[in-house]
Amino acid sequence: MLQLISILMENKPGALMRVTGLLTARGYNIESLTVARTVDPQLSRMSIVVDIEPGEAGDKQRMQLIKQINKLINVLQASDLTESPAVRRELALVRVRSTMQNRTAILKEAEIFGARAVDSSVEGFVLEATGDSEKLDEFMDVMRSYGEIEVTRSGLVAVPLEAKKLKLAPPVSKEAEIESTDGVLK
Amino acid sequence: MSSLTTGAKIVLECLQREKVEIIFGYPGGVTLPLYDAMYDSPIKHVLVRHEQNAAFAAQGYARATGKVGVCCATSGPGATNLVTGLVDAMMDSIPIVALTGQVTSKLIGSDAFQEADTFGITRSATKHNFLVKNLAELPQAIHEAFHIASTGRPGPVLVDITKDVFQGQAHYAPVSTIHLPGYKVYTEGHAGQIRRAAQMIWEAKRPFVYAGGGIIAADASEELREFVEKIDAPAVCTLMGLGGLPGTHPNFISMPGMHGSYAANMGMTETDVLIALGVRFDDRVTGRLAAFAPHAKVIHVDIDPAEIGKIRTPEIPIVGDVKRVLKKLTAALEETAGEMKGKNATSRAAWWGQIKEWQREHPFVVETSTDEIKPQHLMAEIDRLSGGEAIVTSDVGQHQMWGAQFIRFNHPRLWINSGGLGSMGFGLPSAIGAQFARPDKLVFAIVGDGGFQMSIPELATIANHALPVKIIVMNNGYLGMVRQWQELFYNNRLSSVQLDGFPDPEKLAGAYGFKGRTVESPRELRSALEDAVREPGPYLLNVKVTPFENVYPMVPAGGAINEMVLGAVQPVEA
Repeated sequence: MLQLISILMENKPGALMRVTGLLTARGYNIESLTVARTVDPQLSRMSIVVDIEPGEAGDKQRMQLIKQINKLINVLQASDLTESPAVRRELALVRVRSTMQNRTAILKEAEIFGARAVDSSVEGFVLEATGDSEKLDEFMDVMRSYGEIEVTRSGLVAVPLEAKKLKLAPPVSKEAEIESTDGVLK
Repeated sequence: MSSLTTGAKIVLECLQREKVEIIFGYPGGVTLPLYDAMYDSPIKHVLVRHEQNAAFAAQGYARATGKVGVCCATSGPGATNLVTGLVDAMMDSIPIVALTGQVTSKLIGSDAFQEADTFGITRSATKHNFLVKNLAELPQAIHEAFHIASTGRPGPVLVDITKDVFQGQAHYAPVSTIHLPGYKVYTEGHAGQIRRAAQMIWEAKRPFVYAGGGIIAADASEELREFVEKIDAPAVCTLMGLGGLPGTHPNFISMPGMHGSYAANMGMTETDVLIALGVRFDDRVTGRLAAFAPHAKVIHVDIDPAEIGKIRTPEIPIVGDVKRVLKKLTAALEETAGEMKGKNATSRAAWWGQIKEWQREHPFVVETSTDEIKPQHLMAEIDRLSGGEAIVTSDVGQHQMWGAQFIRFNHPRLWINSGGLGSMGFGLPSAIGAQFARPDKLVFAIVGDGGFQMSIPELATIANHALPVKIIVMNNGYLGMVRQWQELFYNNRLSSVQLDGFPDPEKLAGAYGFKGRTVESPRELRSALEDAVREPGPYLLNVKVTPFENVYPMVPAGGAINEMVLGAVQPVEA
């Protein structure tokens, strides 16, 4: 099964590597990953889809993964959206080679999927489609029937329908910390 | 306004502010400015002979004191040589800060001389790491490194600093606050869960305490003792937790796991309430998971939320600092003691009866012989000399297991070994760190002839500082643990495990300017050890032991911990 994870993290060098490195080190397979900064330029939002075995073992793996990601110092919050109400979208750019005869048919078909042509040439079109991943899969199937296609997909992005409270660690006074610990762990 | 200060001096200012007394390190090209600044610094720098040993020595210091250990290496090979020591600290949750030099920021990515992607390489080897390319960020990074290393679940943090940052000049202003919004540490423990745990413990018929390295890290040994006495349950300390409960405590029934005591493993298997404190259910402890503590409800206390439910899903999870949680738990038990205590008195008495019986049936046996020194005999003699008070560092393998079985530790931070990663070559350099940390303590470095030969260069460090470390080589002429597995599981086909050509210890130690000798006769063992201890300086004692002795009990890999092999059926002659 596919697990959908949403991560809010500090936009710092190496932050992406920490997440992907963790996934590799703990033996998870990444299906897709998108990352871009948020309204606050110091933060990034990452959406990851990970392939997890189904059943009880998978549930444990899912929980474990969220906990491990949350341990990363640069991660403010990692949430599992797999079973949460969320809007999921993916974007695909599809280059379709077409003969003069089927150009109209392709455009009609694209319309059904809500896709639009963003480039047109004598060889064919570039179509832009958004939707959930299954819808895009179907769209690819249909387009393939018209001729050779080339596809670039963005990977899934998601937004939860309910805002989850963000818990952050407060600042720590260095002076007080040094005083209280005397260099020794509490 | 203060005058301009170099980045290198700022590093040392920050370390002084963190109360760092000692750095274990090795200089190189890009750390030249740092070492130049060290020339005038009150912080002591100990020049080791290999960077890996700088990390191990820093760990020895940290493990012996609870303070953050500091090591330092140059870019490229210096940094890559640290990696084993960092992963080792990560596995055992040991707070160290590693400072590494990096090539000048403009050269990063150009395959410059001695350039390596230290930041990338150590990502998974550390709790967190920093690459400082901008002098303005330097003090913050160093203080954050100490904060992260020493709080929550401790661990190694690396700060990679470019040469131009060391050389640059800035007005130094001490950092006043640290803000790491994503770094959340939960220390208190959930009050409701603690109450539920107390209830479950009173209701238990066969309670059992499984205490680990978290007890040492949290400085919770006093709280553990009070808790164990309050509920009067049998308790084990894992390899990482030895000394968490005094080795002579009546409730202490030794170490569990692959080479744990019979009573410990049977107790773990038969308990109905397993109280897991600062442990991570390591495979060397649990054996086959499906058969581990099959009748038990589990209470799991750990500061790392990711450890809870990682291996075994507990009935009562408690995320918190085990010291604070134990205080609260003992108080909660006290509150309800009136109505609850003595509830299962008969079952509890029977449980203790059973534990004692297991202990009587299969104790650890101090094998002795009149013509050969048995390794168990060696450990028992060291135990006698230590009296539960000496610091003992060990390498990895058979001697480590016998050490853990036979040497008792009456305090935390005395038993120092590489538990999780199992790094050979750990014992000697960690003894250096421990002896610097505790000059008042008798320090034994118990090493095998294999691990010792991985760390021989550090004899020079020991000699330079006249560190009175007693190096005890348990020399069986083999990589003993690997040989044991080859004997038991690979038809005794001994492949590449014989260590021929061990150097003459008298000449070897003599070459470094201190004493050493070999002892082979069981009759001379005691006096040889006493001579070593009496010697004011370092001492290298090469103890030739029975080559084909195996560590028992043994749980074969993948076996259930109650299915122990208790002893040799037939000693195999090579």
